[in-house]
Amino acid sequence: MPDRSFAPSRILIYLAVALIAAAWLAPLVVVVLNSLRTNEEIAQGSMIGWPQHLAWSNYAAAWSGFCVAETCAGIRPYMLNSALVTIPATIISTLLGAIAGYAVSLWRFRGDNWIYGIVTLGLFLPQQMRLLPWTIVLRDIGLINTLTGLVLIHTIQGLSFTTLFCRNYYVAIPHELIRAARIDGAGFFRIFWRIILPLSGPILIVTVIWQFTHIWNEFLYGVTFTTGQQQPVTAALIALSAAVADIPQHGVQSAAVIIAALPTLLIYLLGGKYFVRGLTAGAVK
Amino acid sequence: MSNAATMRPGRPALPEWVRRLPEYLMIWVPLLLSAAHLVSFSLWTIWISFTPSTLVPVAGWVGLRNYSAVAASRNWQIAFDNLLLFGSAFVLLSAATGLILAILLDQRIRGENVLRSIFLYPLAVSFVVTGTVWSWLLNPGLGIQKLIHDLGWTSFKFDWLIDRDMAIWTIVIAAIWQSSGFAMALFLAGLRSVDSDIIKAAQIDGAGPVRTYRRIILPSLWPITVTVVVIQLQFAISTFDLVRALTNGGPGIATQLPALVVYDLMFQRSLLGRGAAAAVLMLLILLAVLLPYAAWRYVQRRRAAHA
Repeated sequence: MPDRSFAPSRILIYLAVALIAAAWLAPLVVVVLNSLRTNEEIAQGSMIGWPQHLAWSNYAAAWSGFCVAETCAGIRPYMLNSALVTIPATIISTLLGAIAGYAVSLWRFRGDNWIYGIVTLGLFLPQQMRLLPWTIVLRDIGLINTLTGLVLIHTIQGLSFTTLFCRNYYVAIPHELIRAARIDGAGFFRIFWRIILPLSGPILIVTVIWQFTHIWNEFLYGVTFTTGQQQPVTAALIALSAAVADIPQHGVQSAAVIIAALPTLLIYLLGGKYFVRGLTAGAVK
Repeated sequence: MSNAATMRPGRPALPEWVRRLPEYLMIWVPLLLSAAHLVSFSLWTIWISFTPSTLVPVAGWVGLRNYSAVAASRNWQIAFDNLLLFGSAFVLLSAATGLILAILLDQRIRGENVLRSIFLYPLAVSFVVTGTVWSWLLNPGLGIQKLIHDLGWTSFKFDWLIDRDMAIWTIVIAAIWQSSGFAMALFLAGLRSVDSDIIKAAQIDGAGPVRTYRRIILPSLWPITVTVVVIQLQFAISTFDLVRALTNGGPGIATQLPALVVYDLMFQRSLLGRGAAAAVLMLLILLAVLLPYAAWRYVQRRRAAHA
């Protein structure tokens, strides 16, 4: 309700919001603080506390020191794996989705509604329904336990989202624009490059952020189709906490958790508006 | 645009379909791959669920035996009960939290953007990360309980994580924290789209803020509420990472959920037929939510089109 005075009710509102916001930030603050405390310090007290001295060495250990199974290379190789899966899969699925969305919305062809309808079912089909077939297919084409296999999966599955996002954006473009260009003799790709792509800035950012966040954070496929040195960082984090279960290293683990979360958190901070737009665009499907 | 592309004299004209082959390929190959994998993989999993497959998929027909074996297993029964409890508690509480946050943020408060970012940031982080962090906070020997003990209140007890009866609520807490922001974003968009003239008219009629909310604003939000509930249910049904990182189904199998049962049957016990049956059961649960929703959406659209 429009009211900018400082009545007691306003103070209550601010108090409530501030309390909830503090609760929402608490887990992040706790991990950041822990990542700067030594393992011994945490073992003496609780996970919640102020660092006595800033133990930056946790980050070095998390990045390239600690051991999972027999390899002691820290989280770095797994971060690299995640990047090598996420970046290509994001770019390819976004590009293909943009072209498909453009074709379905503005070009129209026989069977377009049918195929689009089936593709968008991918938004709902649980991953569990695809686990066994993917395992068999990846084994048959020799891509099981490879990063290429994960790129393939995320590209094909991501198409459901990227096509939907782009299609819903492109339907708002006036058809006359396309018709005029076609009369001038411009073909499918020329119209895409010259007319559609320059208009696509916002939706491409939304799609890229959505895909990057989802693929980076994905766990089930990573843990199912890869093992050991091929795992993405989400799967490696679980392996790490299992590996150190006997002698917990909470300081180093906290640093590892922060490092693993950093790429998507940064993207969220930089492109929050587009991130939220993706969330709500996915919702209104 | 020039006509040069179409009017190139002196070259034999290629047949139309050859000239347009690249575009056909770029359109159809990705779409067909996507559609084909969705349809064939679903049918494939359904087929495996009717076979006696264990370590590898084999042909054969066992009827509904895999289904009855899954349904009769303690693992699945606990998972299903947990899903009912977790699903309803999480969906109701996260929708309520989201609505409260949206109403609070809708009071023209300062720093709305910052606050919105705070409530939404968990959505940008993987469930593995947030589940791990919550497992520390909720661990009685490490987290909140330990802190309060160290502060001197030694009889304080908050050990749901290791309590068989309460452990499922730790997943509810973490899930609410992670995804209430999503409900908030949708509700806030809904609140902002309520016609301000109607609100002004109500205020001129002497309705206070509480009354305006109850009588005018909240009733107009119910289509958004349905959407929020359905999406959160969809999330609840397929929850896997969060539980894997937070409790790993434990203590014992107290926080088992269907997605964990599927994984366990397929990849830890190598009972592919049963794992596939459990996956199909998951799909059926999902359809029980989504089909009524789709029907409702269809009716709504028809009505909007006729209005």
